[in-house]
Amino acid sequence: MQRYIIVRGFHALITLFAISIIIFALTRATGDPTDVMLPPEATIDEVERLRDYWRLDDPLHVQYLIYIGNVFTGNLGESVKWPGKTAGELILQRMPATIKLTVVAMIVSVSLALPLGILTAVKKDTMWDVGGKIFALLGQAVPNFWLGIMMVWILAVHWDLFPTSGKGDGGWDGIHHLILPAFALGAFNLAAGLRLSRSAMLDVLDSEYVKMARVKGLPEWIIIWKHCLRNAALIPLTYFGIQFAGLITGSVITETVFAYPGVGLLAIEAIRSRDFQVVQSVVVVFAFIYVVVALLVDVLYAYLDPRIRLT
Amino acid sequence: MAAIDEIAIPVRRSGRLSRIWATARRYPIFPMAVLVLVLALPGIFAPVITDTWLQDPLEGRVTERLMPPVWQEGGSWDHPLGTDKVGYDIASRVIHGARVSLIVAGVSILTGGFVGTTLGLIAGYYGGWVDHIIMRLVDIKLSIQAVLLALVLVGVLGPGFHTVIIVIALVLWVRYARLVRGETLSLKNQDFVAKARVAGASSGRIIVRHIFPNVVNTIIVLATLEVGQVILLEAGLSFLGVGIPRPTPAWGLMVADGRDLIVRAWWVAFFPGMAILMTVLSMNLLGDWLRDKLDPKLRNV
Repeated sequence: MQRYIIVRGFHALITLFAISIIIFALTRATGDPTDVMLPPEATIDEVERLRDYWRLDDPLHVQYLIYIGNVFTGNLGESVKWPGKTAGELILQRMPATIKLTVVAMIVSVSLALPLGILTAVKKDTMWDVGGKIFALLGQAVPNFWLGIMMVWILAVHWDLFPTSGKGDGGWDGIHHLILPAFALGAFNLAAGLRLSRSAMLDVLDSEYVKMARVKGLPEWIIIWKHCLRNAALIPLTYFGIQFAGLITGSVITETVFAYPGVGLLAIEAIRSRDFQVVQSVVVVFAFIYVVVALLVDVLYAYLDPRIRLT
Repeated sequence: MAAIDEIAIPVRRSGRLSRIWATARRYPIFPMAVLVLVLALPGIFAPVITDTWLQDPLEGRVTERLMPPVWQEGGSWDHPLGTDKVGYDIASRVIHGARVSLIVAGVSILTGGFVGTTLGLIAGYYGGWVDHIIMRLVDIKLSIQAVLLALVLVGVLGPGFHTVIIVIALVLWVRYARLVRGETLSLKNQDFVAKARVAGASSGRIIVRHIFPNVVNTIIVLATLEVGQVILLEAGLSFLGVGIPRPTPAWGLMVADGRDLIVRAWWVAFFPGMAILMTVLSMNLLGDWLRDKLDPKLRNV
């Protein structure tokens, strides 16, 4: 187990190192990095400050060391669009909103996908099942930004059930503002999770021990709740574990649709005003989160399932 | 034993609905038809349609802004799906958008598929440190999400077709590499490869002539399964403003244009979104069907 964690941790470090090199190289690859990192209307003063900050007049390997040092100490550069703020401050300030959105989206999709998947499996070949299939197919094909806009149009504008955008004032208002974005963000995973838990449940229902339980004459609800549920839930839960980090991509789009002030919207606002240091910092932070979450998930699996450790 | 089986398996009557469903799955006429209707025909005949009937997708008529679709009051057959705030014709742009989606999906899947397949063949066949490096590259790619990659590349290269295609190809190659590597690993230990080697075939020849033909089905199935996802991704990037640049008629961009108009003019965002939904839905159904026909072991991919 220890060996496994060390090897996986080492791989994670290599990945982070490679990401830093890629982003570093991309910004320096095309002639003058100040062209990429600052908007065209930047003043000479700003250009000079940037040159100083990243030591752009030094040789490349020195620049890289400065860069890596800055990244690890959290000095990710100064914003141009929001003068006086560093990229790190901006991200920290917006991070809680994004985490909240992602977690709620996850809860929404898991808590709907599992029961619906099990329901459609138990009621196979009925209206429930066909409805579930159609729902799953649509959910995996609908563009989530369009779904978000349509929900705003119908639920927020026409019926006035939800606010159209923003994040509210905390408490109930905050939750109220989260429902539509969380659903739009979780829709794809909800559909995929429904399909997975349906097929997992069908496999379990077809297994020998369930047949045995039926032969013993147990009531159907005990078979489903006590014998099937736990075994069937494993596969979809694994899927959700893997997908959690993938929600980051979705959060950028969802935050843009609902003007929800998280890190994703920050990145989009920054790229629109060519505030590249902020963009670059968001990418570094998101990649870091992804690598750490993936590492944790792997270690957790190895802990739960000894077969993984041995390979 | 037989008695137990008889008791244990409750006989389920299959209703008419599920029989229709089963038939629909076996013969994907419906998805094919929708696909042909939404994607292929308009994609091919887009210039003809706009020459003879609809206005050019890049021609804005200031006097005909925000006209509703033909069945609503104030609509006309000149603009069957209405116009947007610049006076662009929605129908014309949705039709031309099919072309944009097709080109982006086609080119990026070919590029990503080629790179991924090549790397997968090499990693699987040679193994050792080559395999190690390629698999690390896969890990690295997986930790940079598509949208983030697009943000950086748009910052560096500027927006445009080439940037979108590079981003999507960079996202796609990973799955081909992993899948083809896995297949190659199991194929290279089979008799026919050993015999080819005894007969004096070089490694390159074995890979191209003996292993590659055996993974072609897998690649085709994966490519079909991915078309829908690629269209969704491209639309998402364009929606964010880091994909296809204005004023090209891309579906994602059109939805973005309609976002702020949703209260006054729902049609601007609605129709291009429906086009995406229909296309992706039918591509997914088609991909599922093709997978079941050609390569059922891909079921969990």
